[in-house]
Amino acid sequence: MIAAKISQFYNFLHNAPPKQKIFFGLGLGVALEVAFLNFHDSMVFWFVAYGFVTSVLLFLVLTNIFKKSLSSFFFVLPALAIFSIFYIYPFFKVLQLSHHAWDGISPKMLFVGLGNFREILQDRIWWVSMRNAGYITLVALTLQNVLALSLALACDRQIRAKNFFRVIFFIPPVLSEVVVGLIWRWIYDGDYGLLNHTLGLIGAQDLARSWLSDPKTALTCVAIIHSWKGFGWGFMILLAGLQTIPRELYEAARVDGANVWQTFRNVTIPLMIPVFVLVMILTILGSMQVFVLILSMTGGGPGYHTEVPVTRILASMQGSSMFGYACAQGISFGLILMMVSFVQMGISRKLKQA
Amino acid sequence: MKKTILVALLGVLAFGLVMAGCGTGQGPASTGKKIMVWHWMTDREEAFEELARRYEAQTGVKVVFELYAPSDAYSQKVRAAAQARALPDIFGLLGEKRDFAAFIKAGHIASLTEAMNASGAAWKGMLFEKALAVNEFKADNPFGVDAGIYGVPIDVMNIQMLYNKKLLRKAGINQAPATWSEFVDACAKLKAAGIQGLVSGWGEIWMIDCLASNFAFNIMGPEKVFATFRGEVPYSDPDWIAVFNLFKEMAEQGMLANGIVTMVNKTAEQNFANERSAFAFNGSWCVNVYHGMNPELEYGVMLPPKVNVRNNAYIWGGAGSSLLVNDRSLVKDDAIAFLKWLTDTEQQAYLSETTRNLPSNRKVVGKLPEVLSEFAKGTDNVTHPNVWPVNELPKVIERFDKGIQSVIIGEKTPERLGAELTALKKEEMAKK
Amino acid sequence: MRLNKYIFAQHASGTLINVFLIAVAATCVFPLLWMFGSSLKTQSTIFSDMSIIPSSMHWENFYLAWTKGGFGMYFLNSLFYTTIVVFGIVIVSSLAAYAFSRMNFPGKNLLFFMFLAAMMIPLPGSFVPLYVLVNNVRNVLLNVLSAATPFLLKVLPDHIVYSANSFIESQFYPRTAYILSMINVGLSFSIFMLKTFFDRMPKELEDAARIDGCSRLGIWRHVALPLAKPAIAVIIIYNALNVWNEYILANLILSSKNLMPLQRGLMVFQGEHITQYPLLMAGMTITVVPILIIYLAMQRFIIKGITAGAVVG
Repeated sequence: MIAAKISQFYNFLHNAPPKQKIFFGLGLGVALEVAFLNFHDSMVFWFVAYGFVTSVLLFLVLTNIFKKSLSSFFFVLPALAIFSIFYIYPFFKVLQLSHHAWDGISPKMLFVGLGNFREILQDRIWWVSMRNAGYITLVALTLQNVLALSLALACDRQIRAKNFFRVIFFIPPVLSEVVVGLIWRWIYDGDYGLLNHTLGLIGAQDLARSWLSDPKTALTCVAIIHSWKGFGWGFMILLAGLQTIPRELYEAARVDGANVWQTFRNVTIPLMIPVFVLVMILTILGSMQVFVLILSMTGGGPGYHTEVPVTRILASMQGSSMFGYACAQGISFGLILMMVSFVQMGISRKLKQA
Repeated sequence: MKKTILVALLGVLAFGLVMAGCGTGQGPASTGKKIMVWHWMTDREEAFEELARRYEAQTGVKVVFELYAPSDAYSQKVRAAAQARALPDIFGLLGEKRDFAAFIKAGHIASLTEAMNASGAAWKGMLFEKALAVNEFKADNPFGVDAGIYGVPIDVMNIQMLYNKKLLRKAGINQAPATWSEFVDACAKLKAAGIQGLVSGWGEIWMIDCLASNFAFNIMGPEKVFATFRGEVPYSDPDWIAVFNLFKEMAEQGMLANGIVTMVNKTAEQNFANERSAFAFNGSWCVNVYHGMNPELEYGVMLPPKVNVRNNAYIWGGAGSSLLVNDRSLVKDDAIAFLKWLTDTEQQAYLSETTRNLPSNRKVVGKLPEVLSEFAKGTDNVTHPNVWPVNELPKVIERFDKGIQSVIIGEKTPERLGAELTALKKEEMAKK
Repeated sequence: MRLNKYIFAQHASGTLINVFLIAVAATCVFPLLWMFGSSLKTQSTIFSDMSIIPSSMHWENFYLAWTKGGFGMYFLNSLFYTTIVVFGIVIVSSLAAYAFSRMNFPGKNLLFFMFLAAMMIPLPGSFVPLYVLVNNVRNVLLNVLSAATPFLLKVLPDHIVYSANSFIESQFYPRTAYILSMINVGLSFSIFMLKTFFDRMPKELEDAARIDGCSRLGIWRHVALPLAKPAIAVIIIYNALNVWNEYILANLILSSKNLMPLQRGLMVFQGEHITQYPLLMAGMTITVVPILIIYLAMQRFIIKGITAGAVVG
């Protein structure tokens, strides 16, 4: 009886059109949020939060039992167990804190409802930092990924010393931020910098400047270092993707008389689209969340020209003891990242179908 | 291949078991008292451990120093441990007076007033007043903390200007500048000789804050600065515009090192140590830094140039780092006794000698190296945000410092910065 | 004539590619060389002597870094954590990713979405709840232990019970907590990455194995994993680097020096005010070597992936 009801409910959810699913998800989120806003007492919050998680998990386990797919479910169980212990509790705690004004220390917290989120909307510098991160992401998406792809393609072909290059290209991701910071600060230095020195040699002294403290160039310089430091990962993942394309397909294309470009267009690209999506999502997530590099290169300066969301979150958390506000910043930043990533996935799914 | 992986895994597990063997050795066997200390002071780790050995030899009490670095990670650990009520017996705290107050109010920090004043205030009398002041809460403080002393300074620092003697001679300057106009002249002469003027880590915005507030205190006197913090004087006041104008002048006259606005302090220290700039604005910890980078560096210490010659010059200073006692500690009295021992003359002399820091114990000062004793002379001009009766709001401080960066790169005029800050201050005051 | 032109064109493009590769490679090698070169200098020459190979080599820096940083213990600890965590991640994430890619079960999309979302939401304040969680579980565990001790004492010799208790408290629990939380850190990325690669793999081999009577676990182990070798190599490298360079969680969860990983040794050289650059660079050079070795060992799988998989299948 219960089994049938649960199965029925699951089928109803499962077969709903995607739009309805999204609405259902959003509705659930809003309902939970309203519950938190109205019963902000700590005990009630945890009761609702845990009740929600437990009932979802229970529902999943039950439907898996009734649908006789428990053995499949067991495959994700270890991951789910670790995840529920180490992610879900901190997540709800951060969610709870994001509704409070709290300095991070005192035992008392003041419930402010959506006040922190309202303040984020008016926080001009937060949106400047968002725009900066967007710019860094755009540079990374183009520069870093083009570089990674062309190097991966070059190394996928038969060229001499490719083993050597494969090792070399992995050096930047391995290097400590301290070394990267020291080296690049020296390259960009206004007086003794390698870049200005080189410009002087080729007779372009006019372009010489203190690269990291000039508001016109600071952000681009940081974005370039970020792309340089990160392309090794894209290179490696793309190369792994290229290597899993069966060689026979290339042979077949060659026999059919396709030239290099045609093979690339008709064989490589279609098979690589999922890997491209993966690399792009990772690039977006990695670039939007960049901060160690920024702190070691410019500290967010000059002015607010290289501030990014994570440095702002750290500033609210450590500099101004606005822990609750920092949590709210984290949550809203995460929501934006999620939207961007899913839109990106949706677009590439459309591309794949076309 | 599979075998190698298996062997590697087994090796690792075997290591785990060996560790188990190590771990059990230090279990319940020791019956004596144990004091746990958390700190972030990487460069003092060896000295601390040596002192812990000496203390155990003298008293039989075991002191364990646990180092957590870098300071950001340490700060997070302390705050998280406070939430879990798992703080050690003694710990250091990074942050502002407001954080300090929050820890006290949450019951994490023991008051040391009684111990300090015991037997004719012997302990209190041993330490520099200005170093203690940073750890002290006066009656009616704005945080609502009970009056008293809550921390023990283990060293003293202050932040002043430094000048490179050799470079000044080269540019034909015989005396360190004392006033603003002398400073401007000196920088012009240096520039003519192809030498850069002032270097400092102004990418770390608090260093800008420090110099700007030095100038502000000198120009308008402390009372007017505090009045500004209370919201009674706007930042568009001519005196504040004059402060911002100093930075504008430094930038326009080419008195600043290239790229100073995003420079971290460690880079600035390399710059000065390698004789690329003639002046630096830096704290007394730099003596040890420069000693490592360039032992031959010939430099002297001076107060920041006076803009208003009739007023005092001011610098930031006070306790370099302090240690606090956990109020919930089970060995609270032993912890206090240990801190008392740590700040005694002999230990302070040892710490000061090995780490080239100014000691917090007054009796040690006589034996300091030259540059350090020059730093020590600035003690009379010392002030610190932690001893001010009122502090600016964090958001305004950030906008203030970043705004000065913008003034230096010519993005904002001093007047515009003044107007912006006035508007922001109004907005933030309205929220309170 | 035409043939010559073709060969020339191929040569030209080959040279062009090589020039490009060498140019990029130069920017990558330089920092490594600089790091190594700097590790042989002294604190006073490191920023004044700009030559890559210093005139007087201070090899003793490596010895000093190793002893002063206490690398012996930290190195073994890091090796221990890295091996266990990476092994754990590979098993847990490949199981999950395989199920997400190949199986159908209620909640599949929801759970996958959840893992993806976790990768996207940064939790800035999560260290406080994490610490509180780890600490509370520890307290519960200690209570249980002390409650159980009287009973255990009746059946086991005293010293075994006491040393077991102290082992659990000071070694087993903190290490396990750190390992599990590090597995959690790498999980989302690894699942996402592996699912992408499983999705692209041909299903024929698995079907064949199923017909031969292989169990689902058997197919995962003997067919899917070998086929996904390049992707697994990537996640091994990624996670190994992550764990090897980690210090924030280690600082937070581990409470004693003899549990700490390698990065703790490097921190000794980076003081609040003083950085001992030559020793730091020497320490970093030592730290980079194992990662490069792992990369060298793993990159063979990235390259040989598909052929090796076909042979095993």
